[in-house]
Amino acid sequence: MSSTTAALQSRRAPARKAKAGGRTSRPAAGKADAASSPLFSYVVSLADDALVLGHRLSEWTGYAPTLEEDIALPNLALDLIGQARFFYAYAGEIEGKGRDEDALAYLRDEHGFSNVLLAEQPNGDFAATMLRQLLYAAFMHPYFQALTASKDARLAEIAAKAVKEMAYHVRHSAEWVIRLGDGTEESRRRAAAALDELWMYTGELFEMGEGERALVGAGVAVDRESIRPAWDATINRVLAEATLERPAPCGMQSGGRAGRHTEYLGRMLAEMQVLHRAHPGVTW
Amino acid sequence: MYTQALNVKDTGKPASAEDPGKLARFQARIDAEEKIEPNDWMPEAYRRTLIRQISQHAHSEIIGMQPEGNWITRAPSLRRKAGLLAKVQDEGGHGLYLYAAAETLGCSREELVDQLLAGKAKYSSIFNYPTLSWADIGAIGWLVDGAAIMNQIPLCRCSYGPYARAMIRVCKEESFHQRQGYEIMMTLSRGSAAQKAMAQDALNRWWWPSLMMFGPSDKDSVHSTDTMKWKIKRFSNDDLRQKFVDATVPQGHYLGLEFPDPALKRDEKTGHWQHGEIDWSEFKRVLAGDGPCNRQRMKVRTKAHEDGTWVREAALAHARKRAERAAAVRIAAE
Ligand SMILES: [Fe+2]
Ligand SMILES: [Fe+2]
Repeated sequence: MSSTTAALQSRRAPARKAKAGGRTSRPAAGKADAASSPLFSYVVSLADDALVLGHRLSEWTGYAPTLEEDIALPNLALDLIGQARFFYAYAGEIEGKGRDEDALAYLRDEHGFSNVLLAEQPNGDFAATMLRQLLYAAFMHPYFQALTASKDARLAEIAAKAVKEMAYHVRHSAEWVIRLGDGTEESRRRAAAALDELWMYTGELFEMGEGERALVGAGVAVDRESIRPAWDATINRVLAEATLERPAPCGMQSGGRAGRHTEYLGRMLAEMQVLHRAHPGVTW
Repeated sequence: MYTQALNVKDTGKPASAEDPGKLARFQARIDAEEKIEPNDWMPEAYRRTLIRQISQHAHSEIIGMQPEGNWITRAPSLRRKAGLLAKVQDEGGHGLYLYAAAETLGCSREELVDQLLAGKAKYSSIFNYPTLSWADIGAIGWLVDGAAIMNQIPLCRCSYGPYARAMIRVCKEESFHQRQGYEIMMTLSRGSAAQKAMAQDALNRWWWPSLMMFGPSDKDSVHSTDTMKWKIKRFSNDDLRQKFVDATVPQGHYLGLEFPDPALKRDEKTGHWQHGEIDWSEFKRVLAGDGPCNRQRMKVRTKAHEDGTWVREAALAHARKRAERAAAVRIAAE
């Protein structure tokens, strides 16, 4: 493993770019308030997904089942937190009110977060963590691939970096799901239980609101429904190799995009935001 | 240091019981600054000392993930969160290289981890102190990683090749950690009154334990003559401690912080900073298992290990199934 701390030097958010011109196109949503512009909301939701799941993964640090995983899990977390930072930085620029990545991450309440419910689910056991990662990454990998063709140059640029990271997340989580599914009786039972519990949160990955649909129409965002064949193919392949059965269609949970979360997110944010909020306005 | 508990009597076969001819050739190689490699002949006492030292060092890296890991989920900015996460991850990586270096001496990682969990192996006493504020993350990077570097830079020239090479890699990362920690302290010291107070409090709590990381003072140090002769150790505990104090005190003053040592003063003749008497009874207490967090650190490590058992078993079972299937395919093809 090379020094990831050193690598962080280059993980900083990209330099601010001129907001006008280039390939950047704004959908004509007709709203004067940029804070509620579809593009701002969309970019924040991409950031929230990444931050919330990245934070969850970071909770594992030092407690993983093997030393190798104690190194791999923070890697996954760092990728996602890095993605979140790029997206938040961009969202802040779109908004133009001086909110930076930390203002967006630390000073919004639970109801302001628009991540999918899947991302906030607790780590559970290692099987639950790896299944959550597979279900998410199998979606985000092809999603970012498609987003590299966005008419919004900034989004395309962030996606190009993220797509490589998500390919690794798919590989890593798939390997573990296969090992656990086709491992011992206990690991199989745990993997099957985790899959069963998480399945109802997968429908939300494909949902789009009106604003996001408009962005898809403008060639800025990606039609989430178009990702389904790729997601299905990955999930079916991995589950088959893991000798796990794909759950039957069931009632799907959603609400995260609109700020209606499961009970878990509030506690997670309370911990994440406590220090930042205790010292308003200072530099860390 | 990370291996400060080395100062215990070695009860195995003494070096003097080895074949004198081999011993002399071995010593000649060391005197000529040649590296000893895994397949070379070496006295048993040299091997034992290295296994003990390298594994203690590895255990320290692993246990050391806990106090800093305590702040990952509360880091006050995304940049700090990523920096800390990466730092703690690096420490896990150091543990990994060090276990690998110990394995070249014929002792498996599993055996070494078992010794740690059974309470038979030591790790650095510094990690038995709690991290009570964000400033502790700065103080640990600045002082603990700083102290680690003082000890590890000479280890890059250690006579045992695999250990020396691991140390070169580790040292690069530790110096990055030290700078990152100092930068956190700098930000806090230049920040609000509350932040400055946080930084001062962290220095108050971490200063003395950092000095203890170098181990007992030379006059009380049991047998470091062999390790010196074998060029495993090149400087005495007190020499390394002095280097650390000399480098660190001006850095603390630059931050505008005060060291919790009224006796601390610069000797005008030698230019060295002289510190007050270290509370060796506290050092012994923490080393013996009665520090503030000894029990928690072991409990957490043991729980993580036990909770992971089914995962490791699953990975083994799966690898076995794969191998069997591959073998069946081969047989069918013949
Ligand atoms: Fe380290
Ligand atoms: Fe370090």
